[in-house]
Formats: sequence, structure tokens, C-alpha cells
Amino acid sequence: MLKALQLEPEKCTGCLQCEMACSFENEGVFNPSKSRIKVFNFHDEGRFAPYTCSQCAEAWCMHACPVEAIVINPKTGAKDVLESVCVGCKVCTIACPFGTVNYNADTGKVAKCDLCGGDPACASACPTGAITYVDAEHTGLERMRAHAAQSIPKA
Amino acid sequence: MQHVVIGAGPSGVIAAETLRKLQPKASVTLVGDEPEAPYSRMAIPYFLVKQIAEQGTHLRKTADHFAKREIKVLQKRVEGLDRAARQLTLAGGDKLAYDNLLIATGSRPVSPPIPGIDLPGVTSCWTLADARRIAATAKPGARVVLMGAGFIGCIILEALAKSGATLTVVEMEGRMVPRMMNDTAGNMIKDWCQEHGVTVHTSTKVNAIEKHGNALRVVLNSGATVDVDLVVSATGVRPNIELVKDSGIATDQGILVNRQMQTNDPSIFAAGDVAQGIDFSTGEYSVQAIQPTAADHGQLAARNMAGQKGALHRGCVNMNVLDTLGLISSSFGLWMGKAGGDSAELLNRERYRYLNLQFEDDVLVGATSLGLTQHVGVLRGLIQTKTRLGAWKDKLVADPTRIMEAYLASTQAVGFNAGVLK
Repeated sequence: MLKALQLEPEKCTGCLQCEMACSFENEGVFNPSKSRIKVFNFHDEGRFAPYTCSQCAEAWCMHACPVEAIVINPKTGAKDVLESVCVGCKVCTIACPFGTVNYNADTGKVAKCDLCGGDPACASACPTGAITYVDAEHTGLERMRAHAAQSIPKA
Repeated sequence: MQHVVIGAGPSGVIAAETLRKLQPKASVTLVGDEPEAPYSRMAIPYFLVKQIAEQGTHLRKTADHFAKREIKVLQKRVEGLDRAARQLTLAGGDKLAYDNLLIATGSRPVSPPIPGIDLPGVTSCWTLADARRIAATAKPGARVVLMGAGFIGCIILEALAKSGATLTVVEMEGRMVPRMMNDTAGNMIKDWCQEHGVTVHTSTKVNAIEKHGNALRVVLNSGATVDVDLVVSATGVRPNIELVKDSGIATDQGILVNRQMQTNDPSIFAAGDVAQGIDFSTGEYSVQAIQPTAADHGQLAARNMAGQKGALHRGCVNMNVLDTLGLISSSFGLWMGKAGGDSAELLNRERYRYLNLQFEDDVLVGATSLGLTQHVGVLRGLIQTKTRLGAWKDKLVADPTRIMEAYLASTQAVGFNAGVLK
């Protein structure tokens, strides 16, 4: 069963535990600026939205990579960046229409969510269940419904 | 079915692989004229600074990648196209028949008509062979003139500077990367390069290159001269359309294609730098000559060659990302703006930070950034999805850095869109 990150912004309190966990797991430091998941702040509404790569089927980053440095992980279905192959050309960072591949100037490579190989640290760290790792088939439907409802003009 | 793909760059390779996936039984032949495994020109700068070995530039990493997929790879130059017989003539006289042909022959550097441009020590930086030549000369202490500060010039600028050479850049236009950056950004890149030890002359032409003892003397139109060991010419590229010249295939700047990437000969398709495809932002057909477009074209052409219905070219967003000595810049779509549109701008010259957004109504149509490495792709997303920003447009005008928030609020169930919790 393929699993995916389910992000539920309405449960997010903006505590940034996910960013701390992600940067520590992947970069060995507690540094939210190095996190692959980001919590976006809608301060005038008092809301927060965690967001990261959805491992989309189109895989814009992977198709744009000129040196085959982004590959599908057969175990997790994630699109993994192979650090040893990435030259740091950054084409994937402009190709990803969701803005979830970032260039890391310290390493000279790009970084994106790889689901921590199947045990995402952000989901483990999230104290409110805003980030969960669930059956890929079960993410999003309620959200799509909610968003679609917004586009129906109110009587 | 015999598919033949001419050109072993990203577009051709992706097309060949896509054809194989879609038609397991068809014959797929990939013809390239360089004596190398298919490689990426995008990776050459990293090879120049020895960050990667030659193998690191290869488009596919395993030696048997193409053989395993039963894609026949020929290292031959295609010299003739006989449309009536559906047949190519290869160097040496061999013939190669096709049912469907994809021309993905790319582009090549233009040599400016300058006296001395053919002297030894003057080279373009386009192929792996060029890169090997440059790597052998551009040693620490070597003096180098780079002619042209366009995108290609700038990606090798960094490599040349890092190799320890004393570098002088000469650009005809009034700013650096003039076809990717506006005045503000192009001049900030110039300032940055000068601060980092590179001499940059804009609005300057090279009048001549002369032999001067063991070195070369580059004569500028200002009358000044620069003595160097190596001149790298990067004054632009032009599509390789010679193959179809006089064949009746319609061309303009590049080979003209329809929304199926098909030329005016239904069995001949074109993709990548050689093809004049649809620009998403203008709706017009133009040569973009960028990696993501080459990849998109290749896949799209292959789907149509395999007879897939509905694989229509909807236009590619023109976009570039560049790293000049650590200053990262990018531009998207109509970065120069649209008549009747408006814009938002954030500028911090001292810190080399710049973000310029261009709108038409409440839709993002273009963007330019300097010093932005986080979430930059969302600019492409907002442009290509023509997301109506509504109230978020004013928020972006007030603070252009909130592009991710604008995207999330406009497309996801966040904030006022939520209502998921019962």
C-alpha cells in the first residue's frame, strides 16, 4: 500500500515541530530554514498551513532534471533527489509548479521531501495530527470537497 | 512502425524513451552526431569546475540504458532527408528508413562576424569537446575573455571564474542576461560579478581578435584592448534547421510545428531547441531553447508519433534559472510585463535581493527574482494555472515575497477555504 502525507491546515497550530524534525532528520540540525516541509503563516486569519511536496504523478521536477538525479523510490513512491548525481543546476526548482523543490546553497544541491524513506519525521513530530502519513488513496477527498464548495456562489 | 529520432539531447532521448514505453514493439532509433554518450549541455559548467566527471553530464547513467530498452543508438551525422522515400542519408552513405521522424537537432552557437574569430584560442562552450579544450586552458592565472553575457555565457562565467582565471566579460547590450533579466536585475548581476572580481563591460563590442605573441589581443569598440590566453564566445545560439532546408518543411526561426509537434509533413515532427513551439504566455510560436521546454516537447512529440489522441501542445512557460558566482536569479513568463498590466516590486540593492511580479488583472503573468531560492517554482505554477488571486493580489503588491501564501490561499482549503472540520 502506497502511503502519502495528509496535510490538514485547520489542525495546525504553527508550532513548527515538523520543520525542526525535518531539518534534524535530513540535515542533522534544528534549523527550520533547512526544512523540506514549511508552515505558512496567515497571521491576519490566525491560521497556518503546512505544505510540502505531494509526490505528484506529473513529477515536473523529475522530468525537467537534465542528469537523471531525481528518481522514483520504488518503496515509497517518493521522487528522491540523488545527491551524488545532482549537479545543482536548479532547473527543477523552477519547473516544480508547487514550489516545493529548493536549492540549498550550503550543499550546492537541491532538496525536496522524500518521505524520509517511508517514516516521515514531520508526521511523527506533529502533536495535533495536522500531518499524518496515511494510505495514499485516502488523502485529499474531503479537502477537495471543501475547496470546491468555496467556488459555488452563495445564495 | 519505425520511429527515428535525430538528436541525442534531452528532447530526443526523452522522445525515444517515451516512444518505447508507448509502443513496446515499434523500432526506435536515436541518431546523434557527437562521439559521446547522450549528455546534457546544462551540466557542462559543473564538469568545467571538476565538480563532476564526464560521466556526470550523461543524460542516463547506466551504460546499457538504451540497449535494455531496445533503443538503437547511432553515432552518425544525418546528411540528407528524402521525404518522398521517407529515408535519411547518414554520413558515409548509409540509408535509414523511417515511418515517423522526429527532428530534435537542437541549436548551435553563432559565431559573430569578427576578424580573428577563427584563431586558435577562440572557442565556443557548447559541446563536451569544447569543455575539454577550455578545461585544458582555463587554469589558475590564465586570462580569459568571455564574449556574451547571455544565459549560456553566464552559466559558464561562474565555471571560468572558479577555475581561477582572470576573467573579463564583454556584452553588447546594456545589461547582463538581457533576454532573461530586466534593467534592474541585469545591472545588479553585473555589480555582483564585479564585486566578485570579474571585469564586466556592457554596451561594449569586440571589434577584433588579433594574435599577439603567444597570446590573443581582444580589441574592444572603446579602443581598449585586453590580452588573454583564451576567448570564449557565447554570443547566442541558432536552431539547427539545415537538414530540412530545401525539403519543403516549413521553417521560420526554427522548424514550425502544430499543436501535435508535427511539421507540415505529417510523418515529421520537431521538438526542443530546433522547434518553434507555443509560448504559453504569448500564445505565439517561438524558439525557447530551454531545458524544461525541450523535455516537454520531446514527450509530447513522442505521444503524437505513437498516435495518442489529445496530446496537444498547450504552450510552455519560458523560464530560466541562473547562478552567477552564488547570486541566484530566475525569470518566468512575461517578466518584462504586459501592456495594460501592473506590477509589484521589492528591491534591496545592498543585499542583492529583488522580486518583481507582473500581473494582468489579478493573474500573475511574469516574474523576476534575485537571491530567491525558496519556493521559486510556485511562480511558474501561478502563471501556468492562471490562478485568479483576488484579494491576494493586493497582498502581493504590499509584500511580493508572500507568493506561497497567495498560492495556498487561492488553491487549497486553507483559512477561509477550510471548513473541513465538522
